[in-house]
Amino acid sequence: MRVALMITCFNDALFPDTGKAVLTVLRRLGVEVDFPAAQACCAQPMVNTGYLDEAVPVVRNFVRAFEGYDAIVAPSGSCAGSIRHQHGLVARRSGDAGLATAVARLAPRSYEFSEFLVDVLGVEDVGASFPHRVTFHPTCHSLRMLGVGDRPQRLLRKVHGLQLVDLPAAGECCGFGGTFAVKNADTSIAMGADKARRVLETGAEVLVAGDNSCLMHIGGILSRQRAGVRVMHLAEVLASHEGAA
Amino acid sequence: MTATFLGMPPFPEAARAALADTQLRRNLAAATSTIRAKRAAVVGEVPHWEQLRVAGAAIKDEVLLHLDAYLMQLEAALEANGATVHWARDAAEANAIVADLAAAHGLDEIVKVKSMATQEIGLNEALAARGIAAWETDLAELIVQLGDDLPSHILVPAIHRNRAEIREIFARSMAAAGRPAPDDLTDDLTALAGAARLHLREKFLRARMAVSGANFAVAETGSLVVVESEGNGRMCLTLPEVLVSVVGIEKIVPTFADLDVFLQLLPRSSTGERMNPYTSIWSGATPGDGPQEVHVVLLDNGRTRALADEVGRQALRCIRCSACLNVCPVYERAGGHAYGSVYPGPIGAILTPLLRGVGADEQTDSLPYASSLCGACYEVCPVRIDIPAVLVDLRAQVVDAHRGQRPPKPEALAMRAAAHTLSSGQRLDRAERLTGLAGRLLERFGRVRLPGGRRGVRRLPGPGARWTSARDLPAPPCESFRSWFRREESG
Repeated sequence: MRVALMITCFNDALFPDTGKAVLTVLRRLGVEVDFPAAQACCAQPMVNTGYLDEAVPVVRNFVRAFEGYDAIVAPSGSCAGSIRHQHGLVARRSGDAGLATAVARLAPRSYEFSEFLVDVLGVEDVGASFPHRVTFHPTCHSLRMLGVGDRPQRLLRKVHGLQLVDLPAAGECCGFGGTFAVKNADTSIAMGADKARRVLETGAEVLVAGDNSCLMHIGGILSRQRAGVRVMHLAEVLASHEGAA
Repeated sequence: MTATFLGMPPFPEAARAALADTQLRRNLAAATSTIRAKRAAVVGEVPHWEQLRVAGAAIKDEVLLHLDAYLMQLEAALEANGATVHWARDAAEANAIVADLAAAHGLDEIVKVKSMATQEIGLNEALAARGIAAWETDLAELIVQLGDDLPSHILVPAIHRNRAEIREIFARSMAAAGRPAPDDLTDDLTALAGAARLHLREKFLRARMAVSGANFAVAETGSLVVVESEGNGRMCLTLPEVLVSVVGIEKIVPTFADLDVFLQLLPRSSTGERMNPYTSIWSGATPGDGPQEVHVVLLDNGRTRALADEVGRQALRCIRCSACLNVCPVYERAGGHAYGSVYPGPIGAILTPLLRGVGADEQTDSLPYASSLCGACYEVCPVRIDIPAVLVDLRAQVVDAHRGQRPPKPEALAMRAAAHTLSSGQRLDRAERLTGLAGRLLERFGRVRLPGGRRGVRRLPGPGARWTSARDLPAPPCESFRSWFRREESG
């Protein structure tokens, strides 16, 4: 099985440690992973803001970069969701039947990280160690678009030393929403403030999620509050050997 | 009644004001979380709930795909039952029909059953302009009317008010509209309801014409259905001589048996009850019993425009339950008025632009963006309207409507530039040299640390301030992932 890492433009530029963590975990599990350098972005920012024409070349490049791989793994529920649920509509907009065929082929092979671990590799214990009190925020695209369910929690429960606490009102959106975070900044911040309050209710030291975009938003609010709670991507927890025997 | 949604600012601006209204925030949070819990409980009891949703969507889609035939069937069945059917292309035509009917009977007042369609067309205002008073009889609509206010929720339109305000509204305004509130009126719920009952009773008994909407219009039998909680509907539908119902053309269901699906979906989705207290079904006029003159005004007012939209037409399945409002985190904080239309919340964000058309005014164009696309609405919609997909499609329509505008919007330029960079690994790599540089500078000169130790930024200039006004930002790393990979891994 030829596996490719889709780092996502966001992680590539701002959260490279998440990509390094994905490589660490997959290699620990004996999976060889390529990083096709032609990759850039899934086009979600364009599609969700209404710029479909602008999305076309971005999706073309995605196809170019990942053609031929059996599995594309992205440490982002929203990017995986965009590939599976929006690339078809961008291809239709382009009027290019070849592009439509290509995206239809690649979309079902694109996985969010926890989906890939649990469904494709069939593992829940990835040999990680992370002795901290953790709460998990299920990001909206993972929860509702991909139906990831409790896969992340199952993975976290097998992490040695990790104490997992349920997040109250977990399914409520954090308010990031892509360009929503700036076009409707006030409402976005109001939603994030409530999410931050829920996180603090758990007494957790670390907030974990499968999307760095949401973490940047909630984490940014928690940081501004000097609340003493940090955020961490799921992949980085699963890559951790902290406190291992 | 002078309050109007016309001229309201675009959503971001309207929401900003609403977010600061602490009473609205508390009322909404309490009300929506209560209804959410009730809905979840009664829906959880129904093992075949998903099948009901699929059936509801399928029945509505069947009607929408053959709407012309069903409308003709409905008209024939209504007329066979002794009802008079009118067709109204827009609000002006519908209002004229209703006003002419009242005038023909020499009336200066009518009573109303809660009807979103009549709010949509501004019926009360149009009747007032013809010297005809339209008395709302639904308790929340009464509060909104007496308070010269606007509804903020489909189901509970006065949710933004508290008891003390309602007492004050009753004490101040009931007398001008009829029986005054008692002098010793308190803000006790029973006292307030009692005052409303007495105030309304004389109107019910005196009314010679009522105007209603309809939740469903059954084509097979020529029947209209009103689903309600208080009983004011039953009063208005049975006591007066003349009954006029303004019904959106999308309200049709094909057969009487189809009501089985919707009467299970609607009460559980809206008030979180297994069954609502009063369901009234009438098929035209019955000699010697109830209204003898029955009229139905079939209303387009943008519905055929919505129908022509291949992605958006699913919004016409809506049965006005308001489940989407009650789960929407944006609605919960911004409230209904911020949407500047009769239909607020997720359904309003798609229905209003579909009915009005996009590209014409900034306020309507802002509605599809009044969402974080979380998808909670789609999960609870009893007729499976994929609201997030329609929102994204409408955003593309808004952008397309403004393409080629001179000068181009800054956002359009930014998107074009972003697409250029993000359609090539090489170009993205080059752009990341800049973020890497910023990272190295912050490493050297920055003093802000985020929890966990990573360097951060607390203040950005210009548009960046929209982020940093309330959120810290992680500093960019000194090296992008692809640069690290190239260095560490290939060689």
